[in-house]
Amino acid sequence: MAQPKDFGYGEEQEMLKDSARRFMEDKQPLLALRESIKGTEDPYFGENRTGSYDKAAWHEMVGLGWTALAVPAEAGGVGMNLVTAVAVAEEVGRASMPTPLTSTLQSTFALREAGTESATSWLSKIAEGTSMTLAIYGKEGSLEADSTDITVSDGKLNGISWYVQDPQKIDSLLVAAMDGSTVKLYCVDLNAGGVDLEFDRIVDLTRDQGRVTFNNVPAECVSEDGAGTLQKAMPALLTLISADMSGGCEWLLQTTAEYAKVRTQFDRPIGFFQAVKHPIVNMMILGDQTRSLVYAAACSYDTDPGDSHKAAHLAKSSASDTAEFCANRATQLHGGIGFTWEHDVQIYHKRVMHSQQLFGDGVWQREQAAAYF
Amino acid sequence: MAANETTEQREFRGYCSAWLEEHKPPPTKIPLPQAAYEVTSDDHRTYLVDWQAKCYEAGLIATDVPKEYGGHGHDKFQQIASTEVRRANAPYFINWIGLGMAAPTLLAHGTEEQRKSFLPPIFSGEDIWCQGFSEPGAGSDLVSLQTSAVKDGDNWVVNGSKVWTSLGHFAKWMLLLARTDKNDKYNGITYFIASMEAQGVTVQPIHKMTGESGFNEVFLEEVVVPDHYRIDEVGKGWQVAMSTLTNERGAGTGVGAIASSESPFAAIEQLIALAKREKRNGRTLWEDPVWRDKLMKLYERTEGATQNFRRLGVKELNGGAMRIPLQGKLTGSELGQELHQTALSILGMKSSLYIGDPNAEEDGRWALGYMNTYTGTISGGSSEIQRNILGERVLGLPKTK
Repeated sequence: MAQPKDFGYGEEQEMLKDSARRFMEDKQPLLALRESIKGTEDPYFGENRTGSYDKAAWHEMVGLGWTALAVPAEAGGVGMNLVTAVAVAEEVGRASMPTPLTSTLQSTFALREAGTESATSWLSKIAEGTSMTLAIYGKEGSLEADSTDITVSDGKLNGISWYVQDPQKIDSLLVAAMDGSTVKLYCVDLNAGGVDLEFDRIVDLTRDQGRVTFNNVPAECVSEDGAGTLQKAMPALLTLISADMSGGCEWLLQTTAEYAKVRTQFDRPIGFFQAVKHPIVNMMILGDQTRSLVYAAACSYDTDPGDSHKAAHLAKSSASDTAEFCANRATQLHGGIGFTWEHDVQIYHKRVMHSQQLFGDGVWQREQAAAYF
Repeated sequence: MAANETTEQREFRGYCSAWLEEHKPPPTKIPLPQAAYEVTSDDHRTYLVDWQAKCYEAGLIATDVPKEYGGHGHDKFQQIASTEVRRANAPYFINWIGLGMAAPTLLAHGTEEQRKSFLPPIFSGEDIWCQGFSEPGAGSDLVSLQTSAVKDGDNWVVNGSKVWTSLGHFAKWMLLLARTDKNDKYNGITYFIASMEAQGVTVQPIHKMTGESGFNEVFLEEVVVPDHYRIDEVGKGWQVAMSTLTNERGAGTGVGAIASSESPFAAIEQLIALAKREKRNGRTLWEDPVWRDKLMKLYERTEGATQNFRRLGVKELNGGAMRIPLQGKLTGSELGQELHQTALSILGMKSSLYIGDPNAEEDGRWALGYMNTYTGTISGGSSEIQRNILGERVLGLPKTK
């Protein structure tokens, strides 16, 4: 099937991306984050972080239509495609913004693939500003859909879901649960009785993560074929997180390049030295490869689904390796200051590190991609 | 094909592919070398010049060049023609320096007279061109070149030597950089067109590590170059050369140069096919997850290069006009080298067999190709120089002089 040469990236996408970029510049989310994590530095004696985030900004984002953008028109959304969502996700990543947006966009695409009436009604809620995250992993964090530890009987969920992203920021959950030997997907309001949250202490400062325990929680089934729905949505899930990483890597590149122009050693800006200059260029080369693969994967999902799994695995593989390299070089080339809590490099470093493992790292992605040859 | 093509572009693509299918020549008796810069035999030369002339006549070369300079006067058709030539797996164009460097330079900097007289025979392949930039003492540090040109009435007298001169043995004309002012490093270089048939020009072949020839050392002794063969102003040679090199690095719009039959995009598919065939310990390499990971990494980079090229068409996503184009030569050549290295590993002991050995895989093309990939990583500004250029021009890092 023919794909548009321009990834389907047109004026509309550029306008949205541009407004997202200006929104982030205006909000400066890291300033609020810094404020909220004061006193939590010490891993031995410090408090656990609260996963707080700028709620006013979130309401503005909802008002701007960012949660509705990928919701189909029949569910009250704007009905835009993955390329459009990716354009926004990249800016979220570039700002390392603590926000439930990426989780909500991922849930949106999973619900779109579910294609049931109940899924549509949950999509309407998302369009109106309900945030949602995926609860699909079991304790081992194994990446197969049927690795969930949740079971369902008489329409009630029991068990523990692990490594749930953004539980302190979201309103609802998309849960994978075993009905006998079949994976099914359920939507649950977080405030429903019987849902208990325990928060993990995690490395990434911009996200929160936790375990969700279900005690006889009544839930609405949105997909009888959970494994199939997740499989169909997987390219979108992978591409969205890769877009977030692509934005973060661009920030790491630009920040490191700027630092190399102003930091002077041996009477020269350190960017003069090729041992510094060349790795920065390599950050750019890897980042550009990732960015191109991300837009290609998004376009493939939108217009050429037969090819979209391979494309998305390649994008996440590239994003994972690029993130590892860029985070590593950014910290190293900043020298002592890059190693401190004070400098923002550490915040980006940890966010992309965390993202690298989400839905599987490069090795996992390449093994999945190889299946298509 | 591309969904956002105009009707005219789609029709032209159809025309190109149909024409190529009908006119693509049968292979030569002795196989062609992998790239235009390795052609040394007269038979190959005749065959390739004939092919280029036909393609020019058919409108596949100089497609977007104005008619008054011998072009076909179209707009945004060249890339379509070039893509179709590659897709048809047709022979490369022998006059790749003429097409890839001389023509764009003349179009940008030449006089009206120079364009009218020099361009048509470049397009047809009648006049083969070579490039006289590098010298024994001036490689990556090109600006240290010493070959001198001294004004003598309406002429210049040139003395010095050039090296790594691809196609020097066939060329009628050379793009020559010579020093016209010893006291000004950057503004003391002037750009000329020199006749390779002039008195005082000696061409001596150099053999590469592959054993092939194809490039040369060129000695220039009291060679007379008329002043009207000067390109642009005296002392402007460095600036003009930079624009020529931009074309060499794949950033120019181009008139249709295709220098090589090798493409990394085909190579990765071939590598996967080889890995599915070659066995160790009773199983194919493809059945080994370590090998699959290695090959998928290369596939990812190949696809990344393809998609970078695609993203070039979406200006808003480029992060600056030169950011992607200036990476092309660096990433393409390094990827090509690793693909070939990997092919040799897949072949194992079979990779030791070279051209002429009856048991050699594809007549030793992987070993030959591997060695020839250094042409890409060294010439036209080595990979190290490319990283300097990218750091300085795209990221604004301080200059490493």
